[in-house]
Amino acid sequence: MTIRELVTLLDARVLCGEDKLDQDVNNAFSSDLMSDVLAFVTDKTVLITGLTNIHVMRTAEMLDIHCIVYARGKIPSDELLEEADELDIVVLATAHNCYTTCGLMYEAGIRSKNVRTGA
Amino acid sequence: MESTILKNTYEINAGEFQTAGDVSANIKRKLKQIGIGGTVLRRIAVASYEAELNLIIHSHGGKLTLEMTPSSIILTSADVGPGIPDLSKAMQEGYSTASEEARDLGFGAGMGLPNMKRNADGFSIESEVGKGTTIQMRFDVKDA
Repeated sequence: MTIRELVTLLDARVLCGEDKLDQDVNNAFSSDLMSDVLAFVTDKTVLITGLTNIHVMRTAEMLDIHCIVYARGKIPSDELLEEADELDIVVLATAHNCYTTCGLMYEAGIRSKNVRTGA
Repeated sequence: MESTILKNTYEINAGEFQTAGDVSANIKRKLKQIGIGGTVLRRIAVASYEAELNLIIHSHGGKLTLEMTPSSIILTSADVGPGIPDLSKAMQEGYSTASEEARDLGFGAGMGLPNMKRNADGFSIESEVGKGTTIQMRFDVKDA
């Protein structure tokens, strides 16, 4: 699946990175706890979160996260979106909550690599 | 002892949450410029960010030092206190003494030290209450 197809799937708005929607989506992780994102994400990943502070962008930068989906209608600040633009990170916003967002993505075949079990 | 090709030291102040990650972003960009990439770059960036966050959240201030030799990258975090009373507890996943402020920002879940150890090819930590904590992490690089 591409990010463009993800936009349709989640009925999402593209807040940043309109020109980068043809990248593949192979892996996803959801958390509002950046400590856990840092500890569990090891591959190119879509991050589903509701946390809108600047540390989400820093965390994404460290991990090469290429797409962030803001769930439950959360909209990050312009400052954060400017940062995302500089880092070539696509930012989407959906009205679905994290649970439903993950459910829709799972149903569409996207899985999460579990670094602890290798599954 | 291998010769050091590059050495940079960054001051990290206690409590400066707003700029947390600036140093690690800088380190990541610098290493990328000199040809480090892929998984090892990501592991260095994550470990560096965890160390930087720990200095901001837990220490009275300290320094993060990046060193490069022909075969490895060494990251050293050295602070001026307060020191860790029980290192074995601190190395357990989920054990945290982070402030509410840190937790509100999405950190302080007690994953930092174990995550640094997991990402590094070599890890050592020494701490003395009242003096400070020093963490050294080694990352092996090829053709760097």
